[in-house]
Amino acid sequence: MAHPVPNGAEKLVQCLEREGVEYIFGLSGGAAIPIFDALVDSEIELVLVRHEQGATHMADGYARATGRPGVVLVTSGPGATNTVTGLLTALMDSAPMIVITGQTLSTNLGKDAFQEADVTGITYPVVKHSYLVKEPDDIPRVVREAFHLATTGRPGPVLIDVPKDISSAPCKAPFRDEVHLPGYVVPGRARAEDLDAAADLLRRSRRPLLYVGHGAVIADAGKAVMELAEKLRSPIVNTLLGKGATDETHPLHLGMMGMHGTAYANKAVVGCDLIMAIGARWDDRVTGKVDEFCADAKKIHLDIDPSEFNKVVRPDLCIAADAKQALEELVPRVSACDSSEWIKRCDEWRKKYPLKYPKRGGLRAQQVLDRLNVLTEGRAVITTDVGQHQMWAAQFLPTRSNRHWVTSGGAGTMGFGWPAAIGAKFGRPEAEVWAVVGDGGFQMTMAELATAAVHGIAAKCLIINNNYLGMVRQWQELFYENRLSGVDLEGNPDFVKLAEAYGIPAFRIRRSADIDRQLKAARAVQGGPCVVVAEVMKDDNVFPMIPAGAPVSHMIIDPPKQRLEKPSGST
Amino acid sequence: MAAPELADAPAPDGIHTISLYVHNRPGVLVRVALVFARRGYNIESLVVSPAASGDFSRMTITSRGDPATLEQMIRQLAKLVDVVHAVDHTGDSSYATEIALIKVEARVDERTEILQIAEHFKAKVADYGTDSLMLRAYGSSEKLDALIELLRAHGLRELVRSGKILMTRGLAET
Repeated sequence: MAHPVPNGAEKLVQCLEREGVEYIFGLSGGAAIPIFDALVDSEIELVLVRHEQGATHMADGYARATGRPGVVLVTSGPGATNTVTGLLTALMDSAPMIVITGQTLSTNLGKDAFQEADVTGITYPVVKHSYLVKEPDDIPRVVREAFHLATTGRPGPVLIDVPKDISSAPCKAPFRDEVHLPGYVVPGRARAEDLDAAADLLRRSRRPLLYVGHGAVIADAGKAVMELAEKLRSPIVNTLLGKGATDETHPLHLGMMGMHGTAYANKAVVGCDLIMAIGARWDDRVTGKVDEFCADAKKIHLDIDPSEFNKVVRPDLCIAADAKQALEELVPRVSACDSSEWIKRCDEWRKKYPLKYPKRGGLRAQQVLDRLNVLTEGRAVITTDVGQHQMWAAQFLPTRSNRHWVTSGGAGTMGFGWPAAIGAKFGRPEAEVWAVVGDGGFQMTMAELATAAVHGIAAKCLIINNNYLGMVRQWQELFYENRLSGVDLEGNPDFVKLAEAYGIPAFRIRRSADIDRQLKAARAVQGGPCVVVAEVMKDDNVFPMIPAGAPVSHMIIDPPKQRLEKPSGST
Repeated sequence: MAAPELADAPAPDGIHTISLYVHNRPGVLVRVALVFARRGYNIESLVVSPAASGDFSRMTITSRGDPATLEQMIRQLAKLVDVVHAVDHTGDSSYATEIALIKVEARVDERTEILQIAEHFKAKVADYGTDSLMLRAYGSSEKLDALIELLRAHGLRELVRSGKILMTRGLAET
């Protein structure tokens, strides 16, 4: 029963309703009981997870698939600390997320009370902003600010720590619509002189390249990017997180660049005379050895976050603006580049160095993913975990439209893929959602099979099972004389039986002849999750590959015959 | 005798002076400190005080580091939600000053020379003890460095410095 004057928890939930929250992904606990109590009378659906990390990735997957913020509710102490990995994941990839943590009584703070943790202290480095609520009447302001911060500018996670006495005490403050954040300025439109300068640089280019990142996805700038590319006659490459901003099957698109990008995309990176980053941050997976990255090319950097400028490279021009708005104003300023030779060369690279895999010698992940792409006509929402399967998925599942690709890029968080798919399916019930995961990462959050089953969430989980932590094994094989250490996942469960234990239908692919039949069977499952286990060959490797820290030109396209130097890059 | 003219030299030993105008909210100091700590950068001095407008504070931070890294750190400081602006004032014409309290051993035979040094630097005697003197000096950080160096020979017992504070000249905002 709601009281005439709501308590802090009830006001908090009312504020969430006003923000349009549909789902809260959470796990209860003592300090958060008042908030869970308030949810009983709310229209917001509570999704009870099995581990708080799963809740964060579900909220993240929901956010990335829909563009709306995902909301997490957990208790104090370990409940809150279990969200740290999810906060880092969301921060590194600019995903809008609100994490509400219960806290011990405010009078107990600093006294080592049961399940007390200095949650704002622990999470400072992994949030866009955070609040420790000390007055019940602050709740409407804090919630409004949190949603504003999480969703505007460069999105990110915001944490709200709510002591139990604050959530239990009456809150008389009215709802808030306005925010007053004098230190928070979001760049909007680009300056005209910057756009003119960009047009001038583009006009002089003969070999332009558009390098499209997650910022273009977030800003929904894909249409404007495509207009720019077509008007300039410029090829496009995208980052791992930029997949989907523009259609990767478009004739001007060269696919993913970087460490495991396509050979033709990376050859274009080496050969271009101008590279324009659109919502991308020159990550070390993209640049390799920074000093040699596009050393002779002009560089333009368009980003909504000015702290990215000059961080890794020193561009000739930096434009602080919303990508969509800036590009819409840039397009009328540009004309076609004299780039026909350049496009011809890119097409030749595309023909000469296609993505490929051997068709013999056992079941290969690439073939399974290739067929998944064909059967879904490239229209499914794909989430992934982290590792070899992630790179193969990025290569063999070209993404055609915005918010159809959800992966942990910056943080590289294993365990992300399956809960992210659950969250994505909550947000996009009409979409076909597939998680592509490895056997290693899946086991980190596989308890969320129960969450999907209970809620009838028809996300599909494709486990690429090679019984290894495959990407590390690949590095050890290539760079560490095949001295395998800490990579053999001996003791994996039978994933088909595991799924069945949760009452979830499961299908096994043992050989290439099984692929289409089992994928079709999985696609036919409705009303709940299903699992497909592809028992792939153990020791396949991902190519092309640019060794970490090496220049892009040192890309290895085919499996090397001789031993390689240890990479100079960190990971 | 006039005090020695020691100008506020730009970035001696790579020390940068950064001025922050911040929203006075809990945690803002930690968030600012973490931008430095994340890179293993040390904050040499830090002064926080209320600004003219009640909800805001001024922070003056000195830190040592290569200019390109500091430039990016200033951008990351400015990005913090509670930081209204962050400006590197190194080498500009802002007025900067600092206060030091200095306790020196001062036996009778040394007292005269210490007092002469103090007078030269226009330092006031804040406490006149039987075996010690406490001096209060203010001025540019470099001037205080020079004073402290001279007093070191006389048995410097304790030193407390306020850290540099700074304000732009004219009506320009700090």
